[in-house]
Amino acid sequence: MTQLNQTTLIAGLLLGLATTALAEDAPKPIPFPPVKQGGGMNHMGQMEQMDHGNYDHGMHVAEIVGDLEITGFYSRETLPNAPVAGGFMTITNSGKTDDRLIAASSDIAERVEIHEMAMENDVMRMRELPDGLSIPAGATVELKPGGFHIMFMDLNTGLSQGDTVTVTLEFEQAGETTLTMPVAPRQGAMGGMGGAMGHGGQHGHQMHGG
Amino acid sequence: MANRKHTFVVAGGLALLALFAALWMVAVLPKMNRTAADSLGMGDYTLLTTDRTPFTEDSLKGGPSAVFFGFTHCPEVCPTTLGDIAGWQAELADQGKELKTFFVTVDPERDTIDMMQEYVSWVPGVVGVSGPEDEIKKAILSFRVYAQKVPLKNGGYTMDHSAFVMLFDKKGRFVQTISYGEAFDTAMKKIDALL
Repeated sequence: MTQLNQTTLIAGLLLGLATTALAEDAPKPIPFPPVKQGGGMNHMGQMEQMDHGNYDHGMHVAEIVGDLEITGFYSRETLPNAPVAGGFMTITNSGKTDDRLIAASSDIAERVEIHEMAMENDVMRMRELPDGLSIPAGATVELKPGGFHIMFMDLNTGLSQGDTVTVTLEFEQAGETTLTMPVAPRQGAMGGMGGAMGHGGQHGHQMHGG
Repeated sequence: MANRKHTFVVAGGLALLALFAALWMVAVLPKMNRTAADSLGMGDYTLLTTDRTPFTEDSLKGGPSAVFFGFTHCPEVCPTTLGDIAGWQAELADQGKELKTFFVTVDPERDTIDMMQEYVSWVPGVVGVSGPEDEIKKAILSFRVYAQKVPLKNGGYTMDHSAFVMLFDKKGRFVQTISYGEAFDTAMKKIDALL
């Protein structure tokens, strides 16, 4: 029986090798969206590289609450009828205690939630963070397009460039703080919105907000 | 020695199996994929565009087109994709070319035609598409895109969905996709190949 097992094993290996080798030689099938290619986890890492979406206005202002410093906060212009908007910022915890963003609220929206967006194999997935967003001691956590963000749900009004959004954040340790976020133009859509404004290269690298 | 004979039979069988597997991969699979790709977008769905015209598989014929699936409660991907499309459309307009573009909702429950009309109104060349839930389901299957409702803890929901733009030639045959966040130049090259 041992010999049989050995032979089976060898035959199995050969089969594996043969099919693998042939598969590699086979003509590549037409790229076909629903076929998930293994190892193609296009996670946030890629988005992070592509995005340089921090809006200047918020960057000059820092909000301090407890051991936390919040900078670069902004929201973005919404499309007509869009019922949701994102809020973005950078939170640095210079203290020795881990903290956590556990809730947010604003009078522009029915609710404000803490979300994470990720691209996996060309599929956009969005997840609520039910326990909030961890801000470990000594760490800097970025909320930005294509990754963590706060989301204004059921907007009472659309957001336009030049508006401001007041949002109250609640941290487990540091407590509450209220920010006034500027509303940035929608990235990359500017050229399109202006119709004739946009040309070629201008669009090349600006619309990868996530 | 009967054992040894047995072994040969098993090995022979496996070799035959390997041959079949190899044949399958070389000859049959690519053909199947080609057929499946050609049939992408074909189906008996009947939806409505924001121009108040029907959207069916025939809508893909008569000129090159682009189709993407999304929803208005979409936080980033859909507005950004529409922004990208606005850029492509501006460039095409400069060149006097046309690419009809369909934004099909994966969330017909909330995305009525009226709601979508305004949402896409600012992008020239783009029409919104909605309709009854079962017709949307048919379209999702026909285009083989991914769309999944994800409940939120407050009772609301969001949608996970495929985030690429699908390109079709003037005969309505699927050609390739433009990925989310793809650079303007490579996207334009893909579009130019259709025109």
